[in-house]
Amino acid sequence: MESESVVRSSDPAYISINDVEKTYAADESPIPALKGINLDIAAGEFVSIVGPSGCGKSTLLKCVAGLQGVSSGSISIRQQQVKAPPDNMAIVFQRDVLFDWRTVLDNVLILVEFRGLRRQDYEQRALELLKDYGLDGYAHRFPWELSGGMRQRVAICRALIVDPDLLLMDEPFGALDAMTRDDLNAELERLWYETRKTVIFITHGIDEAVYLADRVVVMARNPGRIAEIVPIDIPRPRPLSIRQTEEFGKYVQHIRHLFASMGLLKAE
Amino acid sequence: MSYWRKTEQARTILVVLAVLVVVWEMSVRIFGIRSFLLPAPTIVISDIIDHPAFFARQSLYTVYVTSVGFFIALVGGVLAAIAIVSSSFIDRTFYTLLVATNSIPKVALAPLFVIWLGTGGAPKIAIAAIIAIFPIVINTTVGLRAIDNDMIDLARSARAPRWDVMMKVRFPNALPSVFAGAKIGISFALIGAIVGEFVAGEQGLGYVILTSQATFNSTRAFAAILVLGVLGTIMFFMIEAVERWMLPWHVSQRSQKGR
Ligand SMILES: Nc1ncnc2c1ncn2[C@@H]1O[C@H](COP(=O)(O)OP(=O)(O)OP(=O)(O)O)[C@@H](O)[C@H]1O
Ligand SMILES: [Mg+2]
Repeated sequence: MESESVVRSSDPAYISINDVEKTYAADESPIPALKGINLDIAAGEFVSIVGPSGCGKSTLLKCVAGLQGVSSGSISIRQQQVKAPPDNMAIVFQRDVLFDWRTVLDNVLILVEFRGLRRQDYEQRALELLKDYGLDGYAHRFPWELSGGMRQRVAICRALIVDPDLLLMDEPFGALDAMTRDDLNAELERLWYETRKTVIFITHGIDEAVYLADRVVVMARNPGRIAEIVPIDIPRPRPLSIRQTEEFGKYVQHIRHLFASMGLLKAE
Repeated sequence: MSYWRKTEQARTILVVLAVLVVVWEMSVRIFGIRSFLLPAPTIVISDIIDHPAFFARQSLYTVYVTSVGFFIALVGGVLAAIAIVSSSFIDRTFYTLLVATNSIPKVALAPLFVIWLGTGGAPKIAIAAIIAIFPIVINTTVGLRAIDNDMIDLARSARAPRWDVMMKVRFPNALPSVFAGAKIGISFALIGAIVGEFVAGEQGLGYVILTSQATFNSTRAFAAILVLGVLGTIMFFMIEAVERWMLPWHVSQRSQKGR
């Protein structure tokens, strides 16, 4: 399963990450967060990133989002070098980042306001999204009246309201219980199947990564780098039950072994 | 029960004050202290009760000076803080100057304002405003800066215009600090108004205190001070009420909502 770049040669890479290095300046010694990152992502591809804590997953995402500059190398989206946040992208942050002074509905609509679009045109859609994500009846509540899992779902609705082409998700389901997580995984798989957005999805859950992705990028740390890219050839649409199949298990096992060889997991 | 607990602080203050007044009254009577040195509370209070129109008129003037001065300080202070946070030039020049001059006792400027603005209401309002603006600018600036980086990133990811970032992210996030500054500011404005009336007054509670001193009318001076204390407390709690109404979302307010 060794394959550095499996970009379908027909379509040019939508996102192209070339030899990216990122070093954070620190007082004593600079922190090398990313080193030698090469990754091409096709339009409409779903890429999961897994890796140990501190291996630079969030950093990589922020560089792709144009929120942080790279130290060397380059990132381009549609052949355009990323210097600022690209058009038509939305992020779900690792923390929900809701505004306590806004109601749930107003939080979902904030990106609409930021983009200078008309609120009225999106209110209906916002309410529907909230309903889809099990937040029916909470539109006029405040974030601090919600549980952690509910807050994270509001953050997902907020990202989806603008119907982005590129969706960057940083451990969006990390704070959820297993059942809600399964629900939202299935929901996201369905969303991707229907809309074919380009998604970069960071997670600590190997099952989740394999279930959702076309390719799983496995990262290692010190310095943050790509250990292996694992293409997932499981047909879609994927029901949740696919996780019980032998094929699915093989992918999960493979990634587990990778982590084991990094000394992060005990091999079975 | 929740009402009982909510009012606990207010009750404590009232009890302490009541004890103080009783001790004061007793000592004046027991030791026979002469009233121009220390009048008994009963005498002070009856002075107010006997001259309601006089005290109302003087209080109104001081409240007017204080509120106008405070309002100018609030609007000016918040706008200045927004300018400081938006422009590194203003930050380096104006804000640096402001922080450096913060330690100068502003009341020392009072006589100058009389020279510049005459003896009417204007110099008193100016002194109240100049004293009150410091805590408001400094608190608001700190509040505007103390922002979660992810919030700014969220706005940047949607290419939010600078003005939106200020008004929809930084400013609401800073409101608790604005109120913290305003609560100090209102007390400062009252001090400024009294100082103004000391320096060049024809009316107001500060003027009453000053003229009473000239005639050794300690009772009248104490009465004016008592009224001042009550006014200051009322104005402070009015700001707190506005805060509670405007910031139901803030951590400091939540427990009190008690759903
Ligand atoms: N703003 C920053 N300034 C300095 N160092 C940083 C900054 N952000 C991240 N780092 C460092 O970069 C490295 C990678 O951090 P990053 O947040 O990208 O990891 P991660 O893979 O997302 O981890 P986790 O799974 O815990 O979220 C870490 O060593 C971290 O200390
Ligand atoms: Mg992270």
